[in-house]
Amino acid sequence: MVFLDFETPLEKLYEQREKLQQVSEEGDIDMSAAIKELENKIKNTRKEIYSNLTGWQKVQLSRHPERPYTLYYIHQMCRKFVELHGDRYFKDDKAIVGGIGNIDGQTVVILGHQKGVNTKMRQYRNFGMANPEGYRKALRLMKMAERFNFPVVCLIDTPGAYPGIEAEERGQAEAIARNLFEMAQLKVPIVCVVIGEGASGGAIGIGLGDKVSMMENTWYSVIAPESCSSILWRSWDYKEQAAEALKLTADHMFDFGIIDEIIKEPLGGAHSAPEEMAKILKRHIKKSINELLEMTPEERIEARINKYANIGVYDVVKEEEKVEETES
Amino acid sequence: MGWFKRLKDGIQTATRNKKEAPEGLWYKCKRCKETSTVKELRENFLKCPHCNYHIRIGSHDYFDLLFDGNFEELFDDLRSKDFLEFSDLQPYHKRLDDAQKKTSLSEAISVAVGKVNRRKLIVAAMDFKFIGGSMGSVMGQRIAQAIDHALETRTPLMIISKTGGARMMESAFSLMQMAKTSAKLSELAKAKVPYFSFLTDPTTGGVTASFAMLGDINFAEPEALIGFAGPRVIKETIKRDLPEGFQTSEFLLEHGFLDFIVDRKDLKSRVGDLLALFAVKE
Repeated sequence: MVFLDFETPLEKLYEQREKLQQVSEEGDIDMSAAIKELENKIKNTRKEIYSNLTGWQKVQLSRHPERPYTLYYIHQMCRKFVELHGDRYFKDDKAIVGGIGNIDGQTVVILGHQKGVNTKMRQYRNFGMANPEGYRKALRLMKMAERFNFPVVCLIDTPGAYPGIEAEERGQAEAIARNLFEMAQLKVPIVCVVIGEGASGGAIGIGLGDKVSMMENTWYSVIAPESCSSILWRSWDYKEQAAEALKLTADHMFDFGIIDEIIKEPLGGAHSAPEEMAKILKRHIKKSINELLEMTPEERIEARINKYANIGVYDVVKEEEKVEETES
Repeated sequence: MGWFKRLKDGIQTATRNKKEAPEGLWYKCKRCKETSTVKELRENFLKCPHCNYHIRIGSHDYFDLLFDGNFEELFDDLRSKDFLEFSDLQPYHKRLDDAQKKTSLSEAISVAVGKVNRRKLIVAAMDFKFIGGSMGSVMGQRIAQAIDHALETRTPLMIISKTGGARMMESAFSLMQMAKTSAKLSELAKAKVPYFSFLTDPTTGGVTASFAMLGDINFAEPEALIGFAGPRVIKETIKRDLPEGFQTSEFLLEHGFLDFIVDRKDLKSRVGDLLALFAVKE
């Protein structure tokens, strides 16, 4: 098990429990009562820690090395799934995966960012940072979904679109922009869920949808807290403050009306009970698709565009106030 | 012996108290370091008369360059708001106040409607001096309203980008402006109203990755920095030097993301040509 820094009390309790178990296995002393007590303590401590998570702690959880990724969820949710590869222009991006699958009788096109589960795979997946061909593959699959009238599911989990020379040469910006433009007009339902990190253009490049939700311990922001710290504070040391200032948690996003729903995670985070998490996610996706299928494509597109058109906070000043402004 | 003696060595004035040289008479080129008068500069379409460097100019300079004469400013009543109470080294509301005072502008984008070679055009142009031309809720909303206006009046739209990208102090709200503007543009495209995207130095980040790359025609000023990630970020990521000419207008033209590059002196006539070519006889 991997414990995060704020889980130290939990880690100590786990160690104690292990010791007790060893003692009781080796000897004749019955430790079951003590172990039970300790387990209760673990449960309470976990509840306490997890009910007061800071923004930065949620960022840490979203990056937990044992957290489930897109392919795990796909295989848990779909009885049948065929992965599809390539953007048909350049190559197959490994940081965005996708294919056609079946969720309880409903065929869907399901895609998302993919991170690696070990050091070698993390490199292979480019740490979930897609190149333009990843976004173009995603668009190809979405267009296919539209032709065959399959709903689209996008799972978001990226530290950002890849900032590299080749990515710029092949038009990272154009690829993301094109997806936003096309997703706005896609005739089939689009359900998006942030399952881990939702960083910037890399996230929203597959994140424009009819229903956008976030798992409880994830974040969504215009920039990762570390980069924000380095730019605005001119130092990498203010990531905690940046995480707070950016108001990037699911609770904030829901309060701002930017996302539609928060998906509860099992106590201790998605990684502590991945199968349960997959079941919760599947229920959410099924419910969302069914709701959206009640609408006609035209209604969906109109509602989708209106939803985004309404995001923004600003003041409207009257003519007299404008004059005052220039005088002051 | 002199009458005055310098008591302390070096420059004592703090950077924040430094007096900017008054604008108005002389201009020293950032690139070739040659000096020219502002009059010469104006006569040369705000480019360096010695090396043709296209200096960074403001929204109203572009309005003056493009429009036949009068133009009307639109949606000037929208103001940014420090909704998140964002504070880094200084609070966002203070940054906004300072930017407004410094630039006498209300935001990093201004929208105007006027005529270019006698044809109507809506122009939305950015000011880099206003918090790096960054995109927040107001920029998104002004663009959205400009698109609505273009739709209602069936007038072509031109957006002149000059920006570092999204405005971090508006966090997810600024990110969502990418989706908002792109979604609105998809409506404009559906209605078959032309949209010209003009990219100037610099155009990076969330703006490039949304409306700036979505023009029916994408074109740029010479030698502008255009990209998704900034060069510094790329350099830090790949840990090697960037090739010469990387992320310039010429680089983007070569890689197929721009239709053409236009010198500032030809801007008006080129936009006029486009308007004439796209104009459909009723």
